[in-house]
Amino acid sequence: MQPTPFEYAPAPESRAVVDIASSYGLYIDGAFVDGTGRRFKTVNPATEEVLAEVAEASGGDVDRAVKAARHAYNRVWSKTSGRDRGKYLFRIARILQERAREFAVLETLDNGKPIKESRDVDIPLAAAHFFYHAGWADKLSYAGFGSDPKPLGVAAQVIPWNFPLLMLAWKIAPALAAGNTVVLKPAETTPLTALLFAEVCEQADLPPGVVNIVTGAGATGQALVEHADVDKVAFTGSTEVGKAIARAVAGTRKRLTLELGGKAANVIFDDAPIDQAVEGIVRGIFFNQGHVCCAGSRLLVQETVADEVVERLKRRLTTLRLGDPMDKNTDIGAINSPEQLERIRTLTGIGEEEGATRWSAPCELPDRGYWFAPTLFTDVSQAHRIARDEIFGPVLSVLTFRTPDEAIAKANNTPYGLSAGVWTEKGSRILRMANAVRAGVVWANTFNHFDPASPFGGYKESGFGREGGRHGLAAYLDVA
Amino acid sequence: MTLTVPTPLADAATSDAALRRFLHGLPGVDQVGAEGRAANLATRSIKTTAKAYAIDLAIRMIDLTTLEGADTPGKVRSLCAKAVRPDPTDPSTPSVAAVCVYGDLVGLARDYLGDSGLHIAAVATAFPSGRASLEVKLADTRHAVAAGADEIDMVIDRGAFLSGRYLQVYEEIAAVKDACGEAHLKVILETGELATYDNVRRASWLAMMAGADFIKTSTGKIAPAATLPVTLVMLEAVRDWRDATGTLVGVKPAGGIRTTKDALRYLVLVNETVGIEWLTPDLFRIGASSLLNDLLLQRQKLASGHYSGADYVTVD
Repeated sequence: MQPTPFEYAPAPESRAVVDIASSYGLYIDGAFVDGTGRRFKTVNPATEEVLAEVAEASGGDVDRAVKAARHAYNRVWSKTSGRDRGKYLFRIARILQERAREFAVLETLDNGKPIKESRDVDIPLAAAHFFYHAGWADKLSYAGFGSDPKPLGVAAQVIPWNFPLLMLAWKIAPALAAGNTVVLKPAETTPLTALLFAEVCEQADLPPGVVNIVTGAGATGQALVEHADVDKVAFTGSTEVGKAIARAVAGTRKRLTLELGGKAANVIFDDAPIDQAVEGIVRGIFFNQGHVCCAGSRLLVQETVADEVVERLKRRLTTLRLGDPMDKNTDIGAINSPEQLERIRTLTGIGEEEGATRWSAPCELPDRGYWFAPTLFTDVSQAHRIARDEIFGPVLSVLTFRTPDEAIAKANNTPYGLSAGVWTEKGSRILRMANAVRAGVVWANTFNHFDPASPFGGYKESGFGREGGRHGLAAYLDVA
Repeated sequence: MTLTVPTPLADAATSDAALRRFLHGLPGVDQVGAEGRAANLATRSIKTTAKAYAIDLAIRMIDLTTLEGADTPGKVRSLCAKAVRPDPTDPSTPSVAAVCVYGDLVGLARDYLGDSGLHIAAVATAFPSGRASLEVKLADTRHAVAAGADEIDMVIDRGAFLSGRYLQVYEEIAAVKDACGEAHLKVILETGELATYDNVRRASWLAMMAGADFIKTSTGKIAPAATLPVTLVMLEAVRDWRDATGTLVGVKPAGGIRTTKDALRYLVLVNETVGIEWLTPDLFRIGASSLLNDLLLQRQKLASGHYSGADYVTVD
């Protein structure tokens, strides 16, 4: 018999596990309240279906939220022992695990990422961050910050849309473990899992006001970080907004940590394990549609193996399955918003105009929703904008190098410094590269692997401060 | 000795040193990465029509095997009957690819199967250890072929491979290939004894250079037998071999594959590593004894909508 295609039948995850309300308020002082601002819609980027209406917090709403956080800090949370804070965090972690499917489905609907990734990466890692920091809550005296390090107070936290619940966990878990209360603003295109998390706080009997969630866009975020009674500002997002926040916070008593953009180099030496390196390139730039600040968006490949690597990479990209994010076999989901899709189109257009050679995986794009086929550019030079600007999409720029020194020079020749990857079977080369590359994370023979015990953060315009690990605790403690 | 490979590759097979230079010059395999890729593909969800297609394909790829010291003529006869008609209650069930037995039972299997189209595979070359002189191994092979086997499953000399005597392994495979005549040669690497994925990749290339028609993971007598990452590395080897020579070599994971879920994961691995070209019994086999019954139970379940139970498939 002749071989026939082995077509995978649709295997959609059921959306029945999650109830989406038609409209959501703000979560302030342990209760859902109506906002006083106008309302906005959040849509499923894979179908353009409106999922819910969400309140936009006004300046007054933000003020109420900060007051609630201050009150909870003064009256309850600063007097709650580390052991008891740990109990709440363990409880939240367990509830996240119990309701993992619900969160995964909601994340995929609101964000457009494949259910495979929300199910296997986002939600388990979010729970892991709460478990990890729950363990620290009663052991802060042993974290290397003195015998009794103090919290900062009220933390204002603004998070992006690429990993909504996971970024919430990165922000809230260490803040609460260290004894702070928080007001968190999720991104305007992906507010739903943060609002479901508010339910988890209620389920865990977390005292009112310890966690407050205010939804909205840039103006809400600005009101929050500029609020006079905030002690700490933590932001993850674009470098442009990060700079504006740094200016707004300058000259105040507020502590600031920023986790911003990146243009990471993924460096492939000719003695690399080529098949696994190809997987690592795919994971580096096509994971989460490339909506990853630490994405390996610049491939630096040694010229002796450049043609082979690119050929293997193209073959591999033709097997990626783009489509319905709710299908368990989908590898590439939807671009999160029309604005982001436009930005990706603009920058790839510039790439072609500047003379780079474009290749896109031959996949059919659905009619509705926001989609972009996995794309790579060859003949890219260091001066091209696609080699310098963060595209934040499934677009890889391929550059070559001849010597290790050239690889280091090119890897570092960027205003960013969030992450990098090194692929070689030679241990000494890994160590040299890790020392020479100016990036907060350097992955060796892997890419985009995360663990709550490992500090994450940037050099240069990728920001400052660390999240995760012992180092991440410093961002929420009154220590120099 | 028949050389089936183009000159640049054949030149590598002139001495232990030359083979070592070639085999150790192949790109390394990162263990964590290979295992991660295999685990990732194992999450594919194969449902409804795809599952029905894959179950029938898996049945058609089975080498139904009995390799016990206690094998009897009766056991071989019932194995053959089951191979031809795996599910007596449903004539639409396809036959398996082959039966696989020890050399002395090949004649019996041939008497039973005649020219039914099913292949008869014999394990040879002092299976499973491979510890015998070359003369004995070749005689073992010739006997099985003369008795009617059209596929020979040989084992490599792991002792020679691990101590770097690559030329000896190469020449032995080539000699057995010669002794096979028209019969297809499957070369068992016994990956459970090779210890590293780098060795699996090197042994795969060595076997293909020496003329293997198939490369096979295991004898089934050593744990671990077939695993997804080992099979992934071997599939990458046959893919790269095709790119280098234009020749298609088959892959056969054997041992430890017991459930339909396991079998579907292997088919996904083939589909996404080497593509549909390899999704045929001519290029992919699954060596198993107990897998068939689980496939039949799942097949009945898909057809009827409910599970039957172990008594609704035959024990042998």
